[in-house]
Amino acid sequence: MIPAAFEYYRPQDMAGVLAILGEHGDDARVMAGGHSLIPMMKLRMADVPHLIDLQDVGGMSDIVVGADEIRIGAMVTQADIIDNTELRSAAPILREAALQIADPQVRYMGTVGGNVASGDPGNDMPGLMQCLNTRFTLIGADGEREVDAREFYEAAYMTTREDDEVLTAVIIPTPAGGYAYEKQKRKIGDYATAAAAVQIIKDGDTCTSAAIAMTNLSDTPIYSEAAGAALVGTSVDDAALAAATAAMLNDIDPSEDNRGPIAFKKHVAAVILRRAITRAWSRA
Amino acid sequence: MSNKMHIKMNVNGKDEEFLAEPRELLIYTLRERLNITGPHIGCDTSHCGACTVTIDGKSVKACTMFVAQASGSSVTTIEGIGTPDSLHPLQEAFKEHHGLQCGYCTPGMITRATKLLEENPNPTEEDIRFGMAGNICRCTGYQNIVKSIQAAAVEMSSAKEAAE
Repeated sequence: MIPAAFEYYRPQDMAGVLAILGEHGDDARVMAGGHSLIPMMKLRMADVPHLIDLQDVGGMSDIVVGADEIRIGAMVTQADIIDNTELRSAAPILREAALQIADPQVRYMGTVGGNVASGDPGNDMPGLMQCLNTRFTLIGADGEREVDAREFYEAAYMTTREDDEVLTAVIIPTPAGGYAYEKQKRKIGDYATAAAAVQIIKDGDTCTSAAIAMTNLSDTPIYSEAAGAALVGTSVDDAALAAATAAMLNDIDPSEDNRGPIAFKKHVAAVILRRAITRAWSRA
Repeated sequence: MSNKMHIKMNVNGKDEEFLAEPRELLIYTLRERLNITGPHIGCDTSHCGACTVTIDGKSVKACTMFVAQASGSSVTTIEGIGTPDSLHPLQEAFKEHHGLQCGYCTPGMITRATKLLEENPNPTEEDIRFGMAGNICRCTGYQNIVKSIQAAAVEMSSAKEAAE
């Protein structure tokens, strides 16, 4: 419950953030909503001698819905995602997923950037962002770069973000077609036993494009290209659903924990993916 | 090790200024520094919501915010929502509909419910259960909390209509 002492900084701009990161290196961490980092600090599982609070840094809380792309600032909260009507019509899967994350209090504070950057495989947004083929904007001492969400996650809490970089925004190609974020969890606020993000395009009775990503079934989110490919060209009938789930099971690598043994997680993953595809198809 | 910071915040309408270590959790600031002991601590993993307060219009778990983050903010706790002589409709309804037993979750419940009814003045039962999902209760089984919030919503809506 009692975190270790730290020096606290609340810079007004990104230059200030980068200067502190540059000065203190690994000893400094940025904090967004604080709803992963503070619990870890209270358990003394995270040691943060220099804490940089991003709340006063301007330009990180905007949602810009363009014709082809949606840009969401890293400090946009889950509550902002749920409330934004423009975003709701442009990319309804975001709201559907955000409503399954945590609880009201946590959603007022927890941010999109924190959710995707922390690298916890339990988080829901990373798989969702992989499904949507999102790009993450990172800024560091050498300037800005973009990384594909599908390339960002290396292992639990390990991403391609460097220690002196800050994730400033996510850029989502405006999704088309039907969508679903289906999550099996033990109770409100729990991380998924298994969850699936599906975005699917229908032409007549035929699936012309499908993107599928899975949450909390490996030490990273899993974008299953093969599962999506198994649906393309089909009418998403039972055989196609079976082929897609088989392909997905081949790509995940769950581990046993309080949510169940590996065999159970694979079973749940298949059920959840089937439901997600069916719902996305019905909306396509 | 770490330097104390000059903190300013408005709590229940009163300006407060003090020096505190940045790591002080807001729940301790309220309870131990300012003697506002309605908000409670029920867990150390940010689940139970017994510490819920309203900060700049958001329902926040005060155990998951450093005092440094809250500096400059306005905080409302159960003590700022009503008094024994002048109960808020939610407090009246929790009493009337037996929405509490031990009373430990109640300050967080009512504080969260004020915000829920502000955002959604006519919630369905499902809206209430989902909107209160960040608050755990060990005693009531939730049923009477739902009834209390429904009754308060009706009371507040008719009071608002009467005022208009």
